[in-house]
Amino acid sequence: MSILEVKNLCKSFGNNAVLKGVSFTLEKGEVLSIIGSSGGGKTTLLRCLNFLEFAEEGKIIVNGEEIYNGVKNSKHNEKELRLKRLHFGLVFQQFNLFPQYTAKENIMLAPKLMGIESKEQIEAETDALLARVGLTDKADYYPCMLSGGQQQRVAIARALAMKPDILCFDEPTSALDPELTGEVLKVIKGLKDSDTTMIVVTHEMGFAQNVSDKVIFMAKGVIEEMGTPEEVFEHPKSDITKAFLANATE
Amino acid sequence: MGTATLLSVTENLFVNGFLMTMKLFGMTLLFAIPLGLIISFGLISKFKPLRLVVNFLVWVIRGTPLMLQLIVVYYGPGLIWGGELLERFNAVLIAFVINYACYFAVIYKGGIESISQGQYEAGQVLGMTKAQIFFKVILLQVIKRILAPMSNEIITLVKDTSLARIIAVYELIFVAQDYIKTDGIIWPLFYTAVFYLLFCGLLTLLFNFFEKKLDYFKS
Repeated sequence: MSILEVKNLCKSFGNNAVLKGVSFTLEKGEVLSIIGSSGGGKTTLLRCLNFLEFAEEGKIIVNGEEIYNGVKNSKHNEKELRLKRLHFGLVFQQFNLFPQYTAKENIMLAPKLMGIESKEQIEAETDALLARVGLTDKADYYPCMLSGGQQQRVAIARALAMKPDILCFDEPTSALDPELTGEVLKVIKGLKDSDTTMIVVTHEMGFAQNVSDKVIFMAKGVIEEMGTPEEVFEHPKSDITKAFLANATE
Repeated sequence: MGTATLLSVTENLFVNGFLMTMKLFGMTLLFAIPLGLIISFGLISKFKPLRLVVNFLVWVIRGTPLMLQLIVVYYGPGLIWGGELLERFNAVLIAFVINYACYFAVIYKGGIESISQGQYEAGQVLGMTKAQIFFKVILLQVIKRILAPMSNEIITLVKDTSLARIIAVYELIFVAQDYIKTDGIIWPLFYTAVFYLLFCGLLTLLFNFFEKKLDYFKS
């Protein structure tokens, strides 16, 4: 069974159809890269998966459980949504760390508020997460004292703390100085090795080609091309994909 | 002619005037700060009728003189319903709380709206409730941003307390003015400025302290 099945997702803002029937599946431990030019619907797709936007049509199925149905879910039950969205984690382009908390507090806040695990347990997991993103020595730093790359690594640890089935990244390196993108991509690669299922919206063609198991090229709200990195990058079928890749990898 | 000395005047102004001024100041803040938060939620409510009503209320309160509001609250109920007048101090307090809560609400609103949508979204995707996001993530950032306009408003309140004398609440200015009638001297009235200045100075220091306290993060 696929860990994620997305069926015919449709979303429009007013008269502007942003997603026009997007369907794909993802297996556990796979990394999916979504590429494409701005306005193609990549970010909206991620936001629909995380319930920051609500698709008007389509289904989202995680581990065989239908967690969202655009037709049925026209009225959203706040509490139910809150729990269901935890199947997904999201790392933002602009990090969105909470400025008044230290790196460690940022990671611990949501698990503490959930109140399921003991404080000691949460603390131990947080330390492990900080080590995983290589920031043990920055645990007590406030976001304003960290570089963009370090902030994004904290944000990744914060998302992992909620143990999502699928971790989504929305252009995680687009707001970073070029010399800082490497450290963030390295962390994401490291997660792949530990079998985390990920969806990465990215403009880093090298990353998409070398790290992902599956690549989706989106244009004008539809999946224009989908396949392994070799298929999409080496042997694209559609002309739009060819044109995009020619420009993007120039 | 009385025998007003600096010492006796100071004592009289403090005990009979300044303490009342302080009481009005303190109690107004105590009620207006939380009430302002509730009103600010109304100002930005997604429920349009509520938003319109609250915006109308704020327009009326900010658009009319506080002095007029004092008179209306004190004399209004008696004149309209023929009931008993409110206790003078209570009437002043009610008018002040409503007036200041509306000003605070507009400041809160600006502060709340200045926080980036990303902060709310980060909380949402981490499974936090709306209340948790507001109190654990947003509020402190709002406080940091509204500190300067709030200090302005609160320092204005110190001096607005003198309006209470309009309905004969015995506060600092009123007590000092009595010396004109009883002793034929006006310097106690001028002398009240010292009380206001010292108190506002103290508040300024307090706000500087809070500002420093919240300096540890940038938002």
